[in-house]
Amino acid sequence: MPVMNIIQAVNDALRLEMRRDPDVVVLGEDVGKFGGVFRATQGLQEEFGADRVIDTPLAEGGIIGTAVGMALYGLKAVPEIQFADFIYPAFDQIVNEVAKYRYRSGGQYECPLVIRTPYGGGIKGGHYHSQSPEAFFIHTAGLKVVVPSNPYDAKGLLISAIRDRDPVLFFEPKRVYRAAKGEVPEGEYDVPLGKARITREGRQVTLVAWGAMWHEADQAAREAEAEGIDCEVIDLRSLQPLDLDTLVASVKKTGRAVMVHEAARTCGFGAELVALVQERCFLHLEAPIARVTGLDTPFPYTLEMEYLPRAPRILKALRETVAF
Amino acid sequence: MRRENEVGPVSGRKTPGTAREWEPGRFLKEFPLHRVLDDDGGVLAGEDEVTLPDAALLRLYRWMVLNRALDERMVTLQRQGRIGFYIGSIGEEATVFGTAAAMEENDWIFPCYREHGAALLRGMPLVTFMCDLLGNAGDAMKGRQMPCHEAWRPGRYASISSPIATEIPHAVGAAWAARLKGEEMVSLTYFGEGATSAHDFHTGLNFAAVRKIPVVFVCRNNGWAISVPREKQTASETIAQKAIGYGMRGERVDGNDLLAVHGATRRARARAAAGEGPTLVECVTYRIEGHSTSDDPRAYRPAELVEPWKKKDPILRVRRYLVRRKVLDEPADARLRDEVREEIQRALAAAEAFPPKPPIETIIEDVYAEPLRQQREQLEDLVSAMAADPRVANPRHSDA
Repeated sequence: MPVMNIIQAVNDALRLEMRRDPDVVVLGEDVGKFGGVFRATQGLQEEFGADRVIDTPLAEGGIIGTAVGMALYGLKAVPEIQFADFIYPAFDQIVNEVAKYRYRSGGQYECPLVIRTPYGGGIKGGHYHSQSPEAFFIHTAGLKVVVPSNPYDAKGLLISAIRDRDPVLFFEPKRVYRAAKGEVPEGEYDVPLGKARITREGRQVTLVAWGAMWHEADQAAREAEAEGIDCEVIDLRSLQPLDLDTLVASVKKTGRAVMVHEAARTCGFGAELVALVQERCFLHLEAPIARVTGLDTPFPYTLEMEYLPRAPRILKALRETVAF
Repeated sequence: MRRENEVGPVSGRKTPGTAREWEPGRFLKEFPLHRVLDDDGGVLAGEDEVTLPDAALLRLYRWMVLNRALDERMVTLQRQGRIGFYIGSIGEEATVFGTAAAMEENDWIFPCYREHGAALLRGMPLVTFMCDLLGNAGDAMKGRQMPCHEAWRPGRYASISSPIATEIPHAVGAAWAARLKGEEMVSLTYFGEGATSAHDFHTGLNFAAVRKIPVVFVCRNNGWAISVPREKQTASETIAQKAIGYGMRGERVDGNDLLAVHGATRRARARAAAGEGPTLVECVTYRIEGHSTSDDPRAYRPAELVEPWKKKDPILRVRRYLVRRKVLDEPADARLRDEVREEIQRALAAAEAFPPKPPIETIIEDVYAEPLRQQREQLEDLVSAMAADPRVANPRHSDA
């Protein structure tokens, strides 16, 4: 089985879906001949032509607005927003148009598209190349939100997202774009949306993460094991829809939970996870549910390693939660 | 075709531009207001500009009369508290019917929110439109939108949102998609002059012009964005001239002249279909009434500004033309007006016969293709709360 990184896996998924379905088109800034600033669309224009791999003018609102029209007419548009930090000019189109189109037309129209965008920090990008804006979109009914952590999931989830009838925000963890390598099957396969993966079984505490932070959580769990702390690690993969059953079953077993995300803490998705778990696991809890997150600040440039909820901070939270 | 950063003719002037180029009124001359009919219904232009035969014109005249009667009746209904809100197009009917009628059946329409006439023209039953106003069980939008935010898929009439200009890039994307699929389809999209300040206007026109996407952009310039007059919206002398900056054609027509509007739209559509790219058509008209039933223009607009426009009534002009052509006379016109009033009355009675609310289960439908688990749980909670206390469904819970 070939070994790929996340960029190669994304590229492979796009290529297979474009071969399968002539209605799949890719559009965005620099996605054509150049293949995208991270090379996720490399070679696609060569194979599928400039009509289906479209270099657009530099306007995120226009990219998504145009993709909406394409979706209404029956294409499956896969727009790329070059960095998640630049998605806000398209925020109105995503929140008010993409998310509400089927609902507001009484089901007369559908607006299925997949918005791919690299997110997250730790790459010396400062606050305009490091943001994790997933919570805005999870909060918006009508959107699905997916964040793979590894190449296998990236390919399978992207294929599922492209075949889904609902609009999907597909956040790609650029910090591990190339670092996360793994075996990826050739040809088509899908990883269903809304299914989490238990990546490590344990009995003492449930550690929940997604995207680039799953790697930090995994590292923390290994270090915790050496200290005698038995961690269960869950990679959520899909934040909306959420695999609540897997999460709740795990916390009922462990009685403790730690939620990890890069985004600022207040109203971050961790807050929702804490609420959901306490509603369902109240009598099983042995300790307050902890959050290890970014600070309520913009993403810093020089102090980014301190800001990121990396393994040492997660480990500290695990120790405190277990010792409570 | 110009190449990237190609150096064209070079000017040796110290300051670019000349006094003549910046002369006030330059663009008013460059984009003269095109008219086909004068105020009395006489033909100003060449006969070849009469792009509608008498029978078709008579049908459109009937639509305009119906639309006017509908708007007047619905405002009354709102005042009576039977519908919550209404936004009409009184005095602007020619901009709606002249444009929509110039498109082909397969073309899509991306409306702003004052073009329900185009939905009716595309086959949306009057009773369905009224069910939308009532938000009742017969509403095609399942009671989810406030009045006048209709969608009609069978007529390729897109869905309306209240944010301004958002439909413009949608029109571009749909026409682009049609071209990729090898289908002849030209998008028609509507917006007001206020929308030309919004970023979606800019991105939409720019994307379309760069790729020569077949779109007809219709600006219904009615002079007012709620209380803000056109001169506070843009320093451009005309809206049509904005086309120049995008590298597309612009046309400026008398928006109260059905034939001028129809002709300009037909020309724009023909160019678009021939691969010559999009056109910005500015229809100069006037918002005789308030922005909506929630607005009172007396607070910001002197009445004398409106008076001259009442004399330029687009319906009156077509009627005079038809009378001159002996296609219509007084008794036939009176009959037609009675007919549309009865049609509206019948539709209203049929619409009001539907149950006032769609079933509660519809509250979670169509958000996702299949409701999510938490949505089903939330619905269950809601239904049990309603069962426990009927005041949950009452707007004033203190006097259920």
